[in-house]
Amino acid sequence: MASVKDLKTRIASVTSTQKITKAMQMVAAAKLRRARDAAESARPYASRMAAVIANLAAGISGGGAPRMLVGTGSQARELVVVATSDKGLAGGFNGSIVRAAREYIAGQIAAGRQVSVLTVGRKARDQLRRLYGDLYLATPEAGVPSLAKAQEIADIVTARFEAGEVDVVTLYYNQFKSVVSQVPTRQQLIPAQIAGSAPTIDLKGAGYEYEPDETAILAALLPRNLTTQILAAMLENQAGFFASQMAAMDNATRNAGEMIASLKLIMNRTRQAQITKELIEIISGAEAL
Amino acid sequence: MAEKLHFSLVSPERELFSGDVDQVDAPGSEGNFGVLAGHAPFMTTLKEGRVHVHIGSGERVYDVRGGFADVTPQGLTILAEHAAEVV
Repeated sequence: MASVKDLKTRIASVTSTQKITKAMQMVAAAKLRRARDAAESARPYASRMAAVIANLAAGISGGGAPRMLVGTGSQARELVVVATSDKGLAGGFNGSIVRAAREYIAGQIAAGRQVSVLTVGRKARDQLRRLYGDLYLATPEAGVPSLAKAQEIADIVTARFEAGEVDVVTLYYNQFKSVVSQVPTRQQLIPAQIAGSAPTIDLKGAGYEYEPDETAILAALLPRNLTTQILAAMLENQAGFFASQMAAMDNATRNAGEMIASLKLIMNRTRQAQITKELIEIISGAEAL
Repeated sequence: MAEKLHFSLVSPERELFSGDVDQVDAPGSEGNFGVLAGHAPFMTTLKEGRVHVHIGSGERVYDVRGGFADVTPQGLTILAEHAAEVV
């Protein structure tokens, strides 16, 4: 049985762990607020962009359509972009994205498709490199989401697509539903998905005029749309990560509290047992005299 | 007062402006253009340059880069990768 001194040391160690998890929880909560604001203020741009592209795509006729919109006509080679965070200590946040992506990749390989993997964020790299070392492309770190960062990733994707190495590009990330719920989400980047729900704009009989022509505008917009979608995913990930970390650290703090309580109980019992033992020794010593 | 034009300027980071204005002048890739209320549907990419927003007698100026403009009967929307108000 552990001595009172040993128990005291353990309680001190758990208490300092609890202090750390408590601090991490508060930091995550503060960062979550900022990350959420960033994700929310990026939404108008993304939704307008989607609406405009849907509008353009509806008007464009077969032949001249850019390949980013209509695809290469094949689905044989797929690039899967898996976006996670750089850091851990956030419960199942990264694990759930990676698991969803892994299942999908396994399914695609089983279906005879050629798959390559691009990870964003250190955690996805660590977890996927061992499994798919030979399929592996590049691994930019997630860092702080910014337009420049999203552009960098979009450039890698675009380069592969333009070089004719891939036909389909899919993105995996965690969608930020609420503080308690982040959903691993699959999104097809290329060929561009046209939001079916985008409201068609009522032109009141007038025809659209384009400068330069429709195809040129669409060709200029699609790469930007790619960047926007990647940025949106990174922002959602960021917000989800802090939410998940906050929940995980809240749990850890609570567990540490329970542990301290039970250790204290054991310590007090041990101390009391020792006092009782000493008393018995004194009394029986006195009786013997 | 003449009819107002609904104008919004959005960058990936945030919405910089949204509201009713009198006129917007923007640097189209094939020449500068002005938009008033009731403009015909029109879409163009933008050059790097300045967007002038006229509200009553006042004016707001924004630096934009990498953008495009979309005019619909509902109003004008400018989406720009980089946009900042010129003070």
